Amino acid sequence: MNQCITLRQAQVNQKLRICSVNAPGELGRRIRDMGLMPGVEVMVVGKAPLRDPVALRLRDFTLALRNSEADHITVELLAG
Amino acid sequence: METLIQENSMTIGLAGNPNCGKTTLFNALTGSHQHVGNWPGVTVVTKMGHAMVGSEGGGTEVDIIDLPGTYSLTAYSEEEKAARNFLIETRPAVVIDVMNADALERNLYLAVQILELGVPLVLALNMMDEVRRHGKDIDTRLLTELTGCPAIETVARTGKGKLCLLDAAFLLARERAGRWEPLRISYGPDLDPVLDEMEGIVEQAGLMAGQVPPRWVGIKFLEGDESIIRRCRETGPEATGRLEALSAKAAAHLKKTLRAGPDAIIADYRYGYITSIARKVVRYPEVADERIRLSDRMDQVLTHQLAGPLIMALVIYVLYILTFKAGKVPMELVQGAFAWLGQATEAAMPAGLLRSLVASGVIAGVGGVLGFVPLIMIMFFLISALEDTGYVARMAYMLDRVFRIFGLHGTSVLPFIVAGGIAGGCAVPGVMATRALRSPKEKLATLLVTPFMTCGAKVPVFLMLAAAFFPGSEAGVMFLVTLTAWVSALLVAKLLRSTVVRGESTPFVMELPPYRTPTLRGLCIHTWERSWDYMRKAGTTILAISVLLWAAMTFPGLPEQRARDFDARAAAVAGQIEAARAQGRDAAGLEDGLKRLGARRSEEGLRASAAGRAGVALESVSHLAGFNWRVNIALVGGLAAKEVIVSTLGTAYSLGEVDTKDPEPLSRLLAADATFPKAAALALIIFVILYAPCSVTIVTMARESSWKWAAFALVFNTSLAYVAAVAVFQTARLFL
Repeated sequence: MNQCITLRQAQVNQKLRICSVNAPGELGRRIRDMGLMPGVEVMVVGKAPLRDPVALRLRDFTLALRNSEADHITVELLAG
Repeated sequence: METLIQENSMTIGLAGNPNCGKTTLFNALTGSHQHVGNWPGVTVVTKMGHAMVGSEGGGTEVDIIDLPGTYSLTAYSEEEKAARNFLIETRPAVVIDVMNADALERNLYLAVQILELGVPLVLALNMMDEVRRHGKDIDTRLLTELTGCPAIETVARTGKGKLCLLDAAFLLARERAGRWEPLRISYGPDLDPVLDEMEGIVEQAGLMAGQVPPRWVGIKFLEGDESIIRRCRETGPEATGRLEALSAKAAAHLKKTLRAGPDAIIADYRYGYITSIARKVVRYPEVADERIRLSDRMDQVLTHQLAGPLIMALVIYVLYILTFKAGKVPMELVQGAFAWLGQATEAAMPAGLLRSLVASGVIAGVGGVLGFVPLIMIMFFLISALEDTGYVARMAYMLDRVFRIFGLHGTSVLPFIVAGGIAGGCAVPGVMATRALRSPKEKLATLLVTPFMTCGAKVPVFLMLAAAFFPGSEAGVMFLVTLTAWVSALLVAKLLRSTVVRGESTPFVMELPPYRTPTLRGLCIHTWERSWDYMRKAGTTILAISVLLWAAMTFPGLPEQRARDFDARAAAVAGQIEAARAQGRDAAGLEDGLKRLGARRSEEGLRASAAGRAGVALESVSHLAGFNWRVNIALVGGLAAKEVIVSTLGTAYSLGEVDTKDPEPLSRLLAADATFPKAAALALIIFVILYAPCSVTIVTMARESSWKWAAFALVFNTSLAYVAAVAVFQTARLFL
């Protein structure tokens, strides 16, 4: 298994898999409600003009989240 | 709950994620038979409509309730609370979960939570056209088998599948006859035993008995759901204590062994359950990932780091131009019609208080409200279109970083622009545009500072002052005024967000839905609903305020002695004019004199009125900002509508009627008034930018938030304006 990094550090167009979601309380719940769970494959598809928030592509849909929120999510790089 | 729902008819709830086409499906199911209602205790608007089931004669009428769009039933947001309370308290015969079948897995998360509650559920697999376009395949029959819920394919935009859906819902409701059959998911070896124990306690103590399944109450305790825990404590404090102890113990255990809270574990197992279903039901094309979707390609341009903001600026500019340019003609028509009605009334009725009340109070007041309707309709049409295409989400995405600094949300830009972020907007549609904001704190802060923007009615005030004191640099003054408005709005938003509207920013995590073409029908229904809401609710209140302000500026009026004195002098001058005419002499000078006499009478009458006396009394405070009693009265009048400032100032300066479009004589008078120096003009500009919104805006603010916050805006903005005006006057006096 690869080393896990925080989602903030991920580059655009890298294939990633979520290792953990460590956000507390409401934020954690909102992140989970939107389908960001450990094991889910994601890809950063874009960054806003000021490089925050970021657009995240899941298999079926696209989400936007702030870097401060991405800090609570760790991901591992997938080959390819 | 309102009495809209009849006892003996069947109620169907329509639940679903935001952006899943729920409202479109609701429109398709109910046609025009719908009305909007607010649920008690929440600000969330819920709609209700009717439909017939069983088309071949002898059909049954069903009530359909459109619940707010939610991703989950955890009851964190107002929307989630409203949806959940509806399910628990109204106990609908059946619920239809409208799902964006293109993102089936995430949409099933809500469905599973509804199933855990036990409500009879029908799954509407909406947007099946998009599913096919993306080369995916969904085995609907297998989905029905695995979930135990009838699953019906629909395309809400075309209405496809809607009859099947209603039939399926009706059948299920009949079959279950009000019986709830809660789904039991395993939450793993750590939580299942705890849940069993909790279930026993809940059942024994009868907590929320007959409302929700006992195991569900246990899950809510583990999730730390405050509103359910509070409800249980009221009826069974002892059992609640035991449940809380159990859940605390389980939480501590999980923290130690799995390093996660119970709510995370619960979500984990729910998704596990969902994934096992989705894996069997959804088949993805083998090369899907290689083919970039059209929507993603559009995003590469529309949210591009450089092109994105430029296109957004253009979109905002076009929205603004269309609203106010296209709205200008119908708005002037409506206002012209009311002006004509006012004049016709004046001509038809004998002079006196009643005529003044009808013409200046009632007709002008109602006209003031209805004049905005064309603007509101166009603005809502365009904003609904932007929302339905998915572009508003992109605006929020691009601007969020900037607005977050001030405790606002990326979407706050819409209300600001509409309200006059580009000088000439209107605060009323601006305040209503805050509906596009989903996060409550950011919405409230935006709503409170939106009226600072330079609305069209404030523009004449600034232009008049600029012409009087800064002749030749009107454009520069307007630019600085607009800039000041933006800076004030952002800074005050920051201030509010760190004081009275304090609190963590709402999590931003937001869907960027694929770009879609909106349906004309949907846009028209949105536009009509929102405009009608405005006309009905604002109309009644505004009328009252308008009459009240009319009375304040009319009563008690001139003392009788003084009035008779004026009458006698006017009669004398009129006699002289007649005599001069009879002798064939020029009476122009005398006629002017008569006009001046009338204007002086108006001035004295205004000064003697309640508003006038208030203006004079306020001089003791307002002189610190350089305002004399005439300015004070005008500002009091501006509470009714900002247009009134210039015309009232005209009356107070004995000018008689001042045309708002041509305030030049007033400019000259003001510039010549030694008691009104340049420093006071600067202070007045600042004051008009910041002080209390006009009455129509106040009422709209109360509708969008609460009367408490509307009253807050009235008091806070005026105090802020006063402090700023005094500071500007006292500083400027030293230099000018």
